[in-house]
Amino acid sequence: MASLRAHRVASARFFGIAASLRRWSSSGRDLYDVVISGGGLVGTAMACALGYDPHFSNMRILLLEAGHRKVIDRLPEGYSNRVSAITPGSTTLLNRFGAWDHICRMRLKPFRRMQVWDGCSDAMITFDREELEDMGYIIENDVIMAALTRQLEALPKQVEVFYRCRAVGYTWPRPYHIAEANPWVQIELVDGRSIQTKLLIGADGQNSIVRATACIQNIQWSYDQVAVVATLHLSEATENNVAWQRFLPSGPIALLPLSDTCSSLVWSTSSGHAAELLSMDNERFVDTVNSAFWSNDSHSEFIDSAGSLFQSAVSLLMPSGYSARQLPPSVAKVDPKSRAMFPLGMGHATEYIRHRVALIGDAAHRVHPLAGQGVNMGFGDVANLSHHLSQAAFIGKDLGSVRHLLAYETDRQRHNLMLMAAIDFLKRLYSTKEAPFVLLRTLGLQATNLFSPVKEQIMMFASN
Amino acid sequence: MAAWTGRFGEGRLSSLLYGRLWRRDGGRGAGVDKMKPRGFKGSCNSIVLLKSKSRTVSHLSTLMSSKYTVKWMHTSHSVDPKEMQKFQMWAHKWWDEEGVYSALHTMNNIRVPFIRDTLINRVGDHDTGSPLAGMTLLDVGCGGGLLSEPLGRLGAVVTGIDPLEDNIKTAELHKSFDPALDKLVQYKTNTLEEIVAGSAETFTAVVASEVVEHVGDVESFIKCCYQVLKPGGSLFITTLNKTMMSYALGIVMAERIMGIVPAGTHDWEKFISPEELERLLESNGFVMETLNGMLYNPLSGSWHWMENTSLNYAIHAVKIVPPKESSSCDPASEQRQKQAEASTSNAL
Repeated sequence: MASLRAHRVASARFFGIAASLRRWSSSGRDLYDVVISGGGLVGTAMACALGYDPHFSNMRILLLEAGHRKVIDRLPEGYSNRVSAITPGSTTLLNRFGAWDHICRMRLKPFRRMQVWDGCSDAMITFDREELEDMGYIIENDVIMAALTRQLEALPKQVEVFYRCRAVGYTWPRPYHIAEANPWVQIELVDGRSIQTKLLIGADGQNSIVRATACIQNIQWSYDQVAVVATLHLSEATENNVAWQRFLPSGPIALLPLSDTCSSLVWSTSSGHAAELLSMDNERFVDTVNSAFWSNDSHSEFIDSAGSLFQSAVSLLMPSGYSARQLPPSVAKVDPKSRAMFPLGMGHATEYIRHRVALIGDAAHRVHPLAGQGVNMGFGDVANLSHHLSQAAFIGKDLGSVRHLLAYETDRQRHNLMLMAAIDFLKRLYSTKEAPFVLLRTLGLQATNLFSPVKEQIMMFASN
Repeated sequence: MAAWTGRFGEGRLSSLLYGRLWRRDGGRGAGVDKMKPRGFKGSCNSIVLLKSKSRTVSHLSTLMSSKYTVKWMHTSHSVDPKEMQKFQMWAHKWWDEEGVYSALHTMNNIRVPFIRDTLINRVGDHDTGSPLAGMTLLDVGCGGGLLSEPLGRLGAVVTGIDPLEDNIKTAELHKSFDPALDKLVQYKTNTLEEIVAGSAETFTAVVASEVVEHVGDVESFIKCCYQVLKPGGSLFITTLNKTMMSYALGIVMAERIMGIVPAGTHDWEKFISPEELERLLESNGFVMETLNGMLYNPLSGSWHWMENTSLNYAIHAVKIVPPKESSSCDPASEQRQKQAEASTSNAL
């Protein structure tokens, strides 16, 4: 569901500047093996993945972050409104360099089941794992960020971080080495320093400067939608281990478990409606949320009967295929000041790499939060790119070489494009109230729900 | 006395057909021990023309056409200025991963692990960040430094030698931008014979990749390797087999069917079979521990290990510790045997 980029908060700390004076290159500029631009969730995870890789133990890695250092000394009582649904694939990555343990010691909420249903019919699909395995985890972005930062700082020397620092200019090298030309990427920093690197990793988000200055084309469109987020308190304590999402004609609304009594709301809707949602008082907001999950106003009789006819036909043929529809918990109140909104859009870089440059995370792809894939795709990029870089380092390759970067691009585009196309398709399919489309998606969803091999494939793909 | 003729250059697939060093032609008297370049002539204009052709054609053609005929007299390093000019055009191409040396770049994906794992297994303990730290390697016929640099990045102290000054200049310049590498790798414009006297028992390993097929007198080449290696040191060779397959691909295909290079450019006679190489190695103080076949896929541009050695192959041989020390040597050589087996399976 929601995979929303964390806000960067508080407490500046500089370190690593002294260390950065250690080695100077022939051109007088400090040379790094890898520079990561952007210290968000994905960029920091990249720094950790490389920093904890034994083949990088003698390398110099620099992380540039425009914001402050972000750690949590004491966990706040209230939940943050920015949360991510972390897939088992992402937890494998976080576990690899020890950040997962920090998260577990802070807080997270596993969910075992996912129920997605239509606002215009009774069609629904459920996903669950056998043997009560966790399907994923709802985690506050602040918690993930703090865990990554702590783990990064536990590294003795490989990774330096410049906080409140960003690049203001990049000079790209020629595709291959010619005569006296400097072969590295030159980076001018905002404080006047200049550094150079063998490989620049752009993790600087949806409006990536790295992508723009490298002239990598980005295909993007806005959905003319915004997401409204809030932290909600449930009417009564439940096991609360289901992630709920309902496709309303105005956009999907999702309720993600945070604890036995709290859930996080991510409601994608038109900007006008969102402004209305933000301005209404708490009680009315709670009522609106409850009715968004419960109301049948958009149902049409025709589709309801077609859907139930189809349903009864298949339950005759496949009595075991039917899974009971559960009802979402009702919401009692909203955490004051937790309501916020942010714009939604979709974007995809036509290339993820150039000579000595690679894009990861939102810099390469931005998706609608309806499938909760944004940060997981970013972590997938990190896992894949760090794997290729580790292999390259172990055979002494130049880290900026196009060859292994191309392998990363091929692997990730294959995965990301399919996922993005699916997400975009769902977004569009469910944005309409037109009867033929509603009927089609109603039958389609019901059929998919009955056919568990297909569901398993979807889960495998979305969670790897 | 003897004139040395060599073919020079490496291209995509051609790296399997041609290598970097020199060869000796028609040496009178087997015991010649001094080799010095005199001059070279060759042609490379075909490559430039082929650049504009379709990828596959230019791919095959460049690999076949990238060769230089080098003639060296033992008296002088001087080269024909006209040829030198042509070579200069090539010298800066060394580091174009997609260019004429592309196959050599990708060959690193298997030859570096082969060298690395073999050496690591012989030492046992190593630092994963710099697995070759503390080792001294000699890269014979280093060209633009395509293999010396990765070995240096793995922590080895590498000396790259090449008789062609332009290659050394390119290699020097390229590593100079990386301060860490600059300390570990050094290059010299020398032939192997020239450094033997000053480098007796100096190196942990000698690497001669895509070189011996251009060496006229392989036996004296192996003798030189023996001299510069420490006792128990490793010799790595990659080269081409002398088979119908290499004849069909290197001679018939490139010269007669495709007409990319003038007939007679390649001397299949100079290719050497692993059996012959093993005989020469074993009669000159080496034990051959590993022999692997290599296969290049020109479509994917990648190399793979295979059992079949009929085209390209890689050898690892170990310098035997002289017999006078052999009383304490038996367990050590047993140990070596084990390590070699491990390294073979590792490399494969």
